Amino acid sequence: MTASTETPLLEIEGLCISYFTRAGEIPAVIDFSLTLQGGESVGLVGESGCGKSTVAMAIMQYMGRNGAISAGSIRFKGRELSALGRNELRQLRGAEVAMIYQEPMAALNPSLTIGAQLTEVPIVHEGISRSAAKTRALEMLSSVRLPDPERLLAAYPHQISGGQQQRAVIAMALLGKPSLLLLDEPTTALDVTVEASIVKLIADISREFGTALLYISHNMGLILETCERVCVMYSGEAVEIGDIEDVFRHPSHPYTQGLFGCIPLPSCDKNARPLVPIRGQLPLPHERPQGCFFGPRCDSFREGLCDQDLIPMAASERTRHLVRCVRWRDLPSERRVGKARPKTPAQIGEEVLRAEGLQKYYPVHDRSLSALIRGQAVRYVKANEALSLRAQASETVAIVGESGCGKSTFAKVLMGLETATGGELVFAGDDISSRPVKKRSQKQLGSLQIVFQNPNDTLNPSHTVGAQIGRVIRKFGVERKPGKVRDRVYDLLDTVKLPRDFYKRRPRQLSGGQKQRIGIARAFAGNPKMVVADEPISALDVSVAAAVTELLMDIQQDHGTTLLFISHDLSVVHYLADRVVVMYLGRVMERGTTAEVFAPPYHPYTEALLSAVPIADPDIQKREIVLEGIVPSALNPPKGCCFATRCPRKIGPICDEEPPPFREAAPKHVISCHIPLGEDKRFPTPC
Amino acid sequence: MIIFIVRRLGIMALTMVVVSVTLFLLLEFTPGNVATKVLGPYSSEEQRTLWLEAHGYFEPLWVRYFSWLGNFVTGDFGESVRFKVPVAEVLWPRLWNTVVLGFWVFAVMIPLSLLLGVLAGMREGSALDRSISITSIITTSIPEFASAVFLAAIFVFWLGLLPGTSTMTGGFDWWQLVLPVMVLVIYDFGYVARMTRASMAEVMTTPYIRTAILKGLPYRHVIMRHALRNALIAPFTVIMLQINWLLSGVIVVEFFFAYKGFGALLLEASLNQDIYLIEACAMVAVFVAAATQTLADVGYTYLNPRIRFS
Repeated sequence: MTASTETPLLEIEGLCISYFTRAGEIPAVIDFSLTLQGGESVGLVGESGCGKSTVAMAIMQYMGRNGAISAGSIRFKGRELSALGRNELRQLRGAEVAMIYQEPMAALNPSLTIGAQLTEVPIVHEGISRSAAKTRALEMLSSVRLPDPERLLAAYPHQISGGQQQRAVIAMALLGKPSLLLLDEPTTALDVTVEASIVKLIADISREFGTALLYISHNMGLILETCERVCVMYSGEAVEIGDIEDVFRHPSHPYTQGLFGCIPLPSCDKNARPLVPIRGQLPLPHERPQGCFFGPRCDSFREGLCDQDLIPMAASERTRHLVRCVRWRDLPSERRVGKARPKTPAQIGEEVLRAEGLQKYYPVHDRSLSALIRGQAVRYVKANEALSLRAQASETVAIVGESGCGKSTFAKVLMGLETATGGELVFAGDDISSRPVKKRSQKQLGSLQIVFQNPNDTLNPSHTVGAQIGRVIRKFGVERKPGKVRDRVYDLLDTVKLPRDFYKRRPRQLSGGQKQRIGIARAFAGNPKMVVADEPISALDVSVAAAVTELLMDIQQDHGTTLLFISHDLSVVHYLADRVVVMYLGRVMERGTTAEVFAPPYHPYTEALLSAVPIADPDIQKREIVLEGIVPSALNPPKGCCFATRCPRKIGPICDEEPPPFREAAPKHVISCHIPLGEDKRFPTPC
Repeated sequence: MIIFIVRRLGIMALTMVVVSVTLFLLLEFTPGNVATKVLGPYSSEEQRTLWLEAHGYFEPLWVRYFSWLGNFVTGDFGESVRFKVPVAEVLWPRLWNTVVLGFWVFAVMIPLSLLLGVLAGMREGSALDRSISITSIITTSIPEFASAVFLAAIFVFWLGLLPGTSTMTGGFDWWQLVLPVMVLVIYDFGYVARMTRASMAEVMTTPYIRTAILKGLPYRHVIMRHALRNALIAPFTVIMLQINWLLSGVIVVEFFFAYKGFGALLLEASLNQDIYLIEACAMVAVFVAAATQTLADVGYTYLNPRIRFS
């Protein structure tokens, strides 16, 4: 399909969507307008709760029983969608407009084979025979680059990996030959290298099939890589729409500018140019302020000007760049990267943690008959193999790697939730590798604490915040008298910048970011020497994540705590870590200071990870390395280098046969690879 | 899968052995008691001793247990005190009668409750859902003895359509089966229907149903192909457990309608302290319980591909 100027593919005008609940009408989307030409790709960005998914669901006319379009229109190829009958709508869904979802595993029916779920699309929409549909499904599976399509057709969703599931969902969407594809955070649940390959696939396919894309994401970097235009949403409104280059180079709405200030770009630095979180939090739909919804959080807010009527979208002199701000002409339209007020770097102290050849195997009992006969009833998942690292006082050490690389296993052994099967783990002078948490002393428990990934699951919903932190203080033996315990809780609340009256609140009364602050307060209750942060910000929105990151680093610096930061997000790691350990299949691939790891010479895996990270900066050119294949099972890792099966720089049979040596590129910068250091190809650092 | 089934069968056998030991110790630990029950309270001490001697009750406990168990496994349950015939002769025909009754209860109840449950769960909160839910709560909360009296009053005494007793003295009679089946179905269908409804309602809110709808599939197709398959996994287990419930649940109904089934037999055996008959009935009940549980586990595994192919 070619772009036609007469009738746009999709025309949304003044769209208002409300949910009708017992509490009354709750407007979810207000005055939203967007036009999409055939073959065009438009990104929809914003934090959770800003209404971006609601817009996509409205295009599908699927808003649940209590949701309704209260004003405005959505026209698809000139046809008003809300006027369509049930049958017409059915013919539109899946055939003209198709959707790709955030969680591929949940989006696929667990008790039907992939084949059954794929073939029903052309069977229903085109009435072709089962065998013809099967041929079509096979072709489509190969065009989404899935190996062995025949086997896949017969597989159930849980039998294939997350990346394969998402490719199957994409194939399912494309089978109806849609002219518009709605993508609702299609890669959020996937690993970064898988994300990179899926993003590339989507771009290739939209070019090949001429499909228009509406790409919903909270990740500005991804939008930059995939879209031609972008629409930024805040609290149900579009606040800025424009060409991608325009918006990324000259963001004009204070919220867009604020978002850029929250993203850890390569040009940021935790000391010289720290992140600038947006203050306050997203207003609830029924608590939106008068006038500009962003007003209370905006630094350029003017009383009497910004808090009057609803603000209309205003066009700038640049074509197609619209901004919903009354003051945007008076404000500079530029990216704000980093705060002007630099921080002083912390002094690195003595060694706190040392892991030497740490090993953790999990036995797996295979109960199938064939395994019993072959005598392989017990096999071992090698979750951690020969893991060595050090951490010093006040230092931030990051462990990065994709899911299944063994980073969480290491955290569990460190915390004593598991015991190691080999090697040494020395914390503050004691070997704790085989001491489970129940056998650790109060002092050890208090001085080694953890901040968990999902703040919603880690707080007990039936206890008040004060009681939960107070209990930890008593358990660690910091204070015993009730009055003193309460004072200590107040101190901790001050430390994490929460008001003292949160003492009496329960977790359900707090937002995600506030809960994570409580989690941090809890971890620091026993004056810990070391805090493990296991993906502490990955469940949070961009602006909240920035605030929590800054808070965590400030507290760490004040207390001289060692921070072990476990993450899959290389941008954050680059921003806050002093030293980095890159892991793959339970082994260390590379370790060194952040500057060393993020600059050549690279380990091929580090290089692939770096190139996979989307960066929200149009000035940065990245080299494209897409890792094909799937991560081998930790039950049966490759004999030689464990990365050899996916390595784009494999040098020969030696990679498959011999474990790679540890090469020292610089003192304490270790790369585990067969490629001699001098021969490493170099490219400009992307991250 | 084979290993899984073998393991489940092993567990089942173990359960039954444990229960048999418990049962044996409870009922036969003191031989004097057994003799009193068999020979009656007015028998003399001498008679009892002779009887005990003749039946090997002076052997050590474990020898007695194993010979008791051996007899049981080979189908020799001893002689019924009340009926004066071997237990097997009373037990098997009675059990068969209950199987017939149970079969018809299930044949009516399962399609009815699944249909109602699916209809209710399809649109949670709709008028249809509410009426089905309320009806099933009402019918489940009326005990069998009340509904039996009530239905008998209508169909037997008022309309005169159906016979009031189901003794089947003149051979098998379909008409005599209607009321007992009706009472049991009314009592039980609400429970299964509500379990099905809960399961269906949950499935209808899952993302894969949304995927199916947004693929443009017809609503019928979404329900029949995508929803049902997942929604019926949980009720399957519930239905299997209902078999077990039915075995003792029929007592009231069988007694009320004078139906010569297993429940009535169990009641009679208990009232008359018919020790060998009680033992046999208890073992049958345990066997049914363990067997349905095993079937439920195996069937659940088979129905759920996530477990089957993990």
